[in-house]
Formats: sequence, structure tokens, C-alpha cells
Amino acid sequence: MRTLQDAQIGETVTVAKLTGDGAVKRRIMDMGITKGVEIYIRKVAPLGDPVEVTVRGYELSIRKEDAKMVEIN
Amino acid sequence: MSIKIALAGNPNSGKTTLFNALTGSNQFVGNWPGVTVEKKEGRYKGDKEIEIIDLPGIYSLSPYTLEEVVARNYLIDEKPDAILNIIDGTNIERNLYLTTQLIELSIPVVLAVNMMDILEKNGDRIFVDKLSEALGVPVVEISALKSNGIEKAIGIAAEEARKNMAIVPKHSFSGPVEHAIAHIEELLLHDMEERYQRWYAIKLFERDDKIQRKLGVPQDKLDHIENDIKSCEKELDDDAESIITAERYDYIGKIIGTVVKKHKTSDTLSDKIDRIVTNRILALPIFVAVMFVVYYFSVTTVGTWATDWANDQLLGDDGWNFLGIDGLFIPGIHAAVGEFLESIGCAEWLTGLINDGIVAGVGAVLGFVPQIFVLFIFLAFLEGCGYMARVAFIMDRIFRRFGLSGKSFIPMLIGSGCGVPGVMATRTIESERDRRMTIMTTTFVPCGAKLPIIALIAGAFFGEAGWVATSSYFIGVAAIICSGIILKKTNMFAGDPSPFVMELPSYHMPTIGYILRSMWERGWSFIKKAGTIILLSTVVLWFLMSFGNIDGQFRMLAPEEIDSSILAGFGSIFAFIFKPLGFGTWQLSVAAITGLIAKENVVATLGMTYGIAELADADAGSDYWAILASSIPAIAGYSYLVFNLLCAPCFAAMGAIRREMNNTKWFLFAIGYQCALAWAVSLCIYQLGGLFTGVVGFNLGTLLAIAFVVGFVYLLARKGKAEAREVVMA
Repeated sequence: MRTLQDAQIGETVTVAKLTGDGAVKRRIMDMGITKGVEIYIRKVAPLGDPVEVTVRGYELSIRKEDAKMVEIN
Repeated sequence: MSIKIALAGNPNSGKTTLFNALTGSNQFVGNWPGVTVEKKEGRYKGDKEIEIIDLPGIYSLSPYTLEEVVARNYLIDEKPDAILNIIDGTNIERNLYLTTQLIELSIPVVLAVNMMDILEKNGDRIFVDKLSEALGVPVVEISALKSNGIEKAIGIAAEEARKNMAIVPKHSFSGPVEHAIAHIEELLLHDMEERYQRWYAIKLFERDDKIQRKLGVPQDKLDHIENDIKSCEKELDDDAESIITAERYDYIGKIIGTVVKKHKTSDTLSDKIDRIVTNRILALPIFVAVMFVVYYFSVTTVGTWATDWANDQLLGDDGWNFLGIDGLFIPGIHAAVGEFLESIGCAEWLTGLINDGIVAGVGAVLGFVPQIFVLFIFLAFLEGCGYMARVAFIMDRIFRRFGLSGKSFIPMLIGSGCGVPGVMATRTIESERDRRMTIMTTTFVPCGAKLPIIALIAGAFFGEAGWVATSSYFIGVAAIICSGIILKKTNMFAGDPSPFVMELPSYHMPTIGYILRSMWERGWSFIKKAGTIILLSTVVLWFLMSFGNIDGQFRMLAPEEIDSSILAGFGSIFAFIFKPLGFGTWQLSVAAITGLIAKENVVATLGMTYGIAELADADAGSDYWAILASSIPAIAGYSYLVFNLLCAPCFAAMGAIRREMNNTKWFLFAIGYQCALAWAVSLCIYQLGGLFTGVVGFNLGTLLAIAFVVGFVYLLARKGKAEAREVVMA
């Protein structure tokens, strides 16, 4: 299964499922990354991490490590 | 009858602006009981009967972040009469997510849609009537910045509060979820007033352990509802929390379609700015340039001019000319008070207490105020325009390796000028854990006042070698990194990991009012501190330094008689503690203690205690250096330098630490940690360095130093709690 971590810059992906549990997962979902939502990968930070994505019309920064929890189609 | 209205909304939704517009100057800023999350209360300008409580900016009512727990505890325990929910119109989808949760609390909710002007400029529209109808709560358009529509919003909120009708949420969850919720209500919550049942039932469905504990649900009943939750999860193929969250967003997605008309936008100005500012290649150079500007103005130039002026002219002895006009000379406060006390024939000891104790001591602290104000203008601008979030975005990769936040960079940079504003700059870090860690380590960076100590040691012991200064900065940075790595593995900092899933808000120009208010609020809290705890500390230290027994008579001492002071007596006691560190003379011990008033004092005190008061300057002649150098070996001199760099900072900085920690236990832990680390590192330098250079023989101290090194390496290398868990799971 591909995860958000594997997505390329400029790509638009659809969320299939979120894995893991606890605070980080809940935070990711609270910020609007839920099943079925489209995410546009805008850019990667200059040092290679975190990534900036557009979700539900706003900009969000997420660490690659946490992006692994987001499975995409 | 007074009405309580709680202001709730996402961070960056304009909540603070709205709060300030509603309350004017009529507000009280504090902290929520027991935590450092800011608590603001105020009375509505237009009607003093209406009390407004500004809740922390939150995205959700989850049990995971401190701000969210504070906010929801307030809402469910205190039950305000109404909630005014401010919504960023340009980011409505995510903002409404919180709204769906607030509505379930069954407290009257009024929606205030903010930033409608920006929305219209982008060519978008929100139909507020339809939104109101869809959600079942009143909706008002406002502009917090221009104070448009805010009277109307608060008026409707007050009206709703008086009616106090239970809101029935218009949104519902899918069949299996509703079924489980109904079952939970029936089984566990039937004693509760009906309107409040639903919110609790949803939380129990989400397995919110804080609510389980709050309600004291017995284990057998928890097991019972667990079956319902499990079967629902199986049916919908997801876990309970995910189901609820996803269904909320799905619901919002549906109403957004009819309520918002979105213009097909090309890139906004904010997008264009962001493309340059966080560009893969340009981001770092731009970041360096921005930091240079902040540092240059608040530390190197304007801030230092202002501080020097305040210290020497305004508060000190030199005096100044009003508006620079020669005839309008105004003497410095220290000189003026001195003259005044002399003219009224004040007793010598009282003059000493007032002028050298209080005026000089508090003055030394207040002298930082102009610099703090300059710095906070910059920080307020960086925060207000949205760049601060990008700083975290750019620097996160480096700092999270040692348990700090990307935003820790700014306090440390500022700390190289002065630790006081450095510690206060930690305000911009949201995570409690990262902030505490940053507060504890920021003063390890050698500040401006420590430079004379470095110069003294380099001059007296090492022929003014350049590597002494370089290594000082290196040791400071190493102390930060190692402390970060060690502390993040301890129980105190283990806890819930702070999620770094951060919104990058749109860029916009902050208003002058916002910047000035933010500057004033932070600066004022420092001034208040200077007036209380720092005042007391300096008076006590002054007393210990200025009085003593001479020829069997207890009296006030002349500056060069400091070796007979009470403090010198203490110095002898401390000298015992410092003995294994190589500098167990009372002079050096006393100098280190007077460094607590201001680090510059270390050099001045050494001058005095070695009996050469007139040479008490950093640029003093080599006579003084020679006496110092002959008293202890060079390696001990370096150990002394390191101790002064790492140990507790000056009172002003300690005051700032106390204020930012807002908790005595944490404050004492921070100071204790700094002193203990300083002692341990200095011991290792002196004992092991001394052993290699042949100055020190093998002794008990050597063993202790070896034990420290071994322990230190173990603490650095061991697996932390969080990491250990990951390994088990893998």
C-alpha cells in the first residue's frame, strides 16, 4: 500500500485509510485528513522534511514519519 | 444578571483580534489554573454585564492536546451561557469541524464568520442564511479587524444565552454509529440531563479515557459498550475515532457545497509569497537574512543602544539631554537619587540600600526593557504575518532530533544576545513540552554579558587565544543538544508526543495595533517580575555583599573590604563545593555568586576581591590577570569559565524562566538542572584535563569525573521510553 510519504511533489492523491493510533493520528484527522479526502503535495522543506500539502483548501505541514500513517490510493 | 460568553475558534481565525475589539483595554490576562496556556477574561465594552472568556485556539475537542483539554473542561464544567464560535471564512471547511463538536455540547452557539472581506476579494461567497439553516444556529458576518458586525454578534449571543435553549444538532452520524450512541446513552447516561447526554455518549464511543474517568464508568459497563463499539467498527471497517472524524468532515463537505460558492482561483498573493519564501533553494538564505535582521536590530544595534542608554544614561550615572538639547540635561536616576539622598543627609547604609541595592539592582534588570520591546516588535511581526510557522517548517528537521521544536531556533539566537528576551521568545512555541525544554536550555548559549568573562579567562590564562571564545559557543551548543537528547528520554518529557501536524496560515500584513499590543503584553509581564522577585533577590544579595564583621564590629563595608562581607563567608562555604572543580577560592566563589545579579559582575567582583578595585574592568591591565592566573592552574580557569557559562543565569533571566514556566517546581528543576550540569561538566574538565596536563593527581574527584562521563554517555545512548516502545511494537 502506498502512503502519503511516497507521494511525489505536485501529485494529487486520495486518502484510503489511516493506520496507527493515539494523539498523532487523531491530530492528523482533526486537521482534515480523513478517508476519501484529496491531498495535493505542494513541496518539501529545504532540509527534506517535513512536507507541505494542501487539504480542504488550506496549507498543512506534516512530517514524513507521520505521513506514513496515511494510506493512499 | 451577568452573562458568560466563551469565545471559541481555531488558531489564526482572528479570535484574539475579536477578543480585543470586544473588551478593549478591559481585560485580564493570566494562565489557566496549573497550566501555562494563556487565559484571558474581559468584560464587553458595550455592556459590563457580559463577561467574555477567550478560550485557547483549538482545532478539535480531542483529549490529546493541553489547549483542547483546557477548553473542553471549561465548556463542560463551567458551562458558559453561550459560545461565540469565530470562523475563518477563507478556511471554512476545517473551521466548521470544531463547530460540529461545539454544537453537541448543547450550550447555545452563535457563529461569527470572520474575514468576509478577504473572501469577497477572492471572489468567493458564503450564504450565511443557508449556513444558519443547515447548522441550526444563528450566523453573523463580522470583520474582527475593522470591528464590523461584532456588536450584532455579541447581541445575538447574549439573546441566545438568555433563552438558553438546548440545541439539537442537525447533523447525525451513520446508522450503526447512532445505534451505538443511543445504546451508550441508555446504558450509562440516563441519570444525566438529557441535553448533555449526546456529547458524552459520542466521547465514550470514541473511547475517550479522560471522559471515562470523569464519569467513573465501572469496568463491566465499559466492557459492555465495548461490544457495541466493536461491532460498529467491524461493520464500518474503521476505528471509532476515525469513523466519527470522517463522518463529521463528510457532513461538512455536504453542506459546504450549497453554502459556499467558490471562485475558481488562480494562485493568491499568499501562495506566490510562499513559493519564494519556502522554496527549496531560497528558503534557507531567506531564513538566514530574516534572522540576521532580527538579531541585528534587537541585539546588535537598536536594542543594545536602547539598553546601554537605559542603563548608563536613564537609570545610571551619566544622565542625558532631553531631545538631545544641551540645555535640557536630565541626570541619570542612580546619580540623581544618590545626590538627593546625600542632600537630605540620609544615613550611609540607607543610601547604600536604596541606591546600590534597589536602584542599581532593579535598574540592571529594567535596563533590558527597551531591548525586550524592540525584540517583541519583530517577533510579533513574524508571528502576525505568518512567517513564524514557516520557521518551524524550515528548521524542524534539525531541532526535533534533540527533542526541540523548529521554533526553538529563535529563542537560542536571541539568547546569544541576552537570555532574558531569549527565554521570553519561547512564547511562540505551542507545545508545552518543547517550550519547557527550550526554556531550560536557551541560557546555555553564551549571552552578551558572559563575553567579559570569556575575555577575562582567555586573557589571564590563555594569552588571549581565540579558541577560548569559539569553544565557549561550542560548549553552549553542545550543552543544548546533549540536554535535549538526555531530557527527552526522561519521564518528565516522555508523555504524549507533541504532534507536528501544523497549519501554515496564509500570509497577511499584521496591524500596528496587533504588534504594539503583543509587544506591550509580553514586555509588561517582565517589568512586573522585575518589581517583585528580582527586587527582593538583589536587595538580599546587596546586603550580604555590603555588610560584615571587621575588627570585631559588624558594619557596612567599603567596596574594597568585600573580603570581610557575609557573602565572603558564604564564599568560603561554596569554595568547598567548588574545590573539586579547581577553583575553590572564596574570591572566585563569591564572584560566581555575584554573577547572579548580572554576569558582568563576575569580572567586576574578581577585580574587587583581588583588591584592585580600580582595575575592575574587562580591559584591566595584566597585573590583575597575573594575580588571577597565579591563584589557580589554567585548566581550573577554563573549568571556571565553563561553570559560569552553564550554571544558573542572572536574576533577570531566572525571573523570565520563572514567569515562562509558571510553575515553581519546573522553575526549580530548570535552575537545579543547569547548576548540576555546570558542576558536572566543570568537574570533568578540571579533573580529566588536569590529569592529562599533570596538574591534578589521581584522586576521588577523578573517579567521580569518570563516573560522570560514563553516566553521561549512557544517558545519551540509552533508548528512551518512546523508542523502546516502538522497538517492542516492531
